[in-house]
Amino acid sequence: MWERIWEIVRKELRQTLREPRMRALLIGPPLIQLIIFGYAVNLDVENSAIAWMDQDLTPASRELRARFTASRYFQVVEEPASDLEAQQALDHGRARAVVRVLPGFARDVARGRTAPVQILLDGTNSNTAAIVGGQASAIVNRYSAELLRGRMREKLVAAPGPITFAIPTINVRSRVWFNPELKSRVYFVPGIIVNIIMLVTVMLTAMAIVREKEIGTMEQLMVTPIRPFELIAGKTLPFAGVGLMNMLMITVAALLVFNVPFRGSALALLVSTILFLMTTLGAGLFISTISQTQQQAMLSSFFFFQPAFMLNGFAFPIRNMPEPVQWLTCLNPARYFMEIVRGVFLKGTGFTILWPQMAALAALGVTILLLAALRFHKRLD
Amino acid sequence: MISFRRTRAVARKEFLHILRDRRSLIAALAMPLLLLMLFGYALTLDVDRIPTCVYDQDGGPASRDLIGRFRGSRYFDVRALAGSRAVIERAIDRNEVLLGVVIAPDFSKRLAAGQEAGVQLLVDGSDSNTASIALNYAEALALAWSGELRSKAMNRRGGGELKPPVEPRVRVWYNSELKSRNFIVPGLIAVILMIIAALLTSLTIAREWESGTMEQLLSTPVRPVELLFGKLSAHFALGMLDMAIALSAGIGIFHVPMRGNVLMLFAASAIFLFGGLCWGVFLSAVARSQLLAYQMAVVTTFLPAFLLSGFVFAIENMPWVVQLVTYIVPARYFVTILKGIFLKGVGLHVFWPEVLFLVVYAVALFVIAAKKLRQKVA
Repeated sequence: MWERIWEIVRKELRQTLREPRMRALLIGPPLIQLIIFGYAVNLDVENSAIAWMDQDLTPASRELRARFTASRYFQVVEEPASDLEAQQALDHGRARAVVRVLPGFARDVARGRTAPVQILLDGTNSNTAAIVGGQASAIVNRYSAELLRGRMREKLVAAPGPITFAIPTINVRSRVWFNPELKSRVYFVPGIIVNIIMLVTVMLTAMAIVREKEIGTMEQLMVTPIRPFELIAGKTLPFAGVGLMNMLMITVAALLVFNVPFRGSALALLVSTILFLMTTLGAGLFISTISQTQQQAMLSSFFFFQPAFMLNGFAFPIRNMPEPVQWLTCLNPARYFMEIVRGVFLKGTGFTILWPQMAALAALGVTILLLAALRFHKRLD
Repeated sequence: MISFRRTRAVARKEFLHILRDRRSLIAALAMPLLLLMLFGYALTLDVDRIPTCVYDQDGGPASRDLIGRFRGSRYFDVRALAGSRAVIERAIDRNEVLLGVVIAPDFSKRLAAGQEAGVQLLVDGSDSNTASIALNYAEALALAWSGELRSKAMNRRGGGELKPPVEPRVRVWYNSELKSRNFIVPGLIAVILMIIAALLTSLTIAREWESGTMEQLLSTPVRPVELLFGKLSAHFALGMLDMAIALSAGIGIFHVPMRGNVLMLFAASAIFLFGGLCWGVFLSAVARSQLLAYQMAVVTTFLPAFLLSGFVFAIENMPWVVQLVTYIVPARYFVTILKGIFLKGVGLHVFWPEVLFLVVYAVALFVIAAKKLRQKVA
């Protein structure tokens, strides 16, 4: 039996690796995703271009501007003289925000009234806009707090009774765990393992079987003494190997090129990868049973991949999704594997904490694989 | 000369092809809906209800007041009161909470005495984006509370009420509720058109190369340009239909604001779609196998349209080398136009350079595709 399985494995590997373009496909997608998510996708917002509209032109307003330019979050790219110019800066997308200091700013500050500073945000990208708005408000608030402290001191000195500088304040200290520099790269790169394994193995498995159906060599295989189980094993094992190789490749790149920490156990990662491969190979097998042509197989795997990719928490936190969709993600194997991969890489968690995710993967894997194998069996008879 | 009759014959054949292949047709029409549902309903980058765990070592009136603030804010969801630091650590390890707030033991006492009291925020930084937003919110909340405390203390001391000297007033344009849906759904049109154009087209035409019917077509008197136009027209109609579906679902279901000119939107989409279709034909002629054509289409069209177009991930945040690369991604220009029309309500006077680029790109790809077909004939 092992001999027959091995024969199929060998044939399958040879068929996949024979064509140079197919070989490129095994390396290409992981490489592209690594480059894009390692270097290009950056949700950290720094150096935002802003337009500075100073209608007051006093030392106080210049001081505020210095606060903005001294922070690493902002750079002033233009100084609109009129509302129209400010609007154009936003319309053309030259600036992410316009900060407007209204006339009478310094006078109001000096007289103890509240002087507003207008911050106009380009909200088209709501995520960036929220961060930029927060950064700008923080700078203004800090400036305001400093002024306030000075003024309080003056008042206290002037107040009757014993002089005391005791002003209650709270001191907020933050500590960031796992990713102290808050780099998106550290978060994204390990997750690529999940996407690549899913992308490559589902499709390769489905295509390997459907191709034979389309050309008619499936019948030829059927008349050989090979049994359905052996055929399934022979058709899926090579791609499991491909998946493991991809995992290894991305892990090495993550550690060496992107300096992503690896804090957990390699064994936990390996075991989970094998569990996850069961689900993706099962899905590929299943798609092959419902497709007659390669085109159908590809469209079906696209339909499988899209939701599995979007609902796995890779780029979009599951926590933010509406409740029914959150329930739906429980059926998505990639979701569990994503949690495992990030736990192992960044948090250093192992079997003791991640066992529920692994159990879920195993359950899903066995179910999908069994379903697919049964369907496959029936088709062959 | 291009013969209208021959072009029409090819187009008719292509329409029949599409109509007969029920499954692909359904897939082509279901795809935009699936993507819209996924993106519109499920995906949001908006950070609120951050799961939070509080460790109150003080238990005094001031710390209870501060915790009440966290409970009252829509940005935080106080899940549990921990009895020790270790509980918070474990909860963060298990992804149960994202933020831990630790209040120092003598918090209330120190504040009452007019001293500085400490609050520590522990945040799971693995998702850097969510973490930095969460930190911003938490710090702002604590500072605001602290400011109130200060002015109350001042009032008691008879120092008179003090107002904050400077106050930021934030106003958001174009997307005043800051919903990520409002910018994701318009950008999605670019992704959907790219899928239809390059993915589907390269697949169907690659199948003809594979089965050899393309050679048969090329040996008829039909000329490459006519063949190209005929093939494209059917898929063009499909793409525009998808675009209309996406547009009406975006406005009808997701209430995305549409502030600009609809005609302008369709015109820009038509140019973008045409270029994408030509690219699909070119790929299929180069690859001549479905698997390869599909993969090449994913890598050259779908991924860039998804990742490098500014559709979800802001281009301004990318390193400058990658920013340079985005200039050759046509979807980048189209996404700029889409956001301009939908959210900003601006017209040609603002985005004419983008439109110009799309026109040049479409014409160039048409020429390349026609040339490639002619090569295959010769």
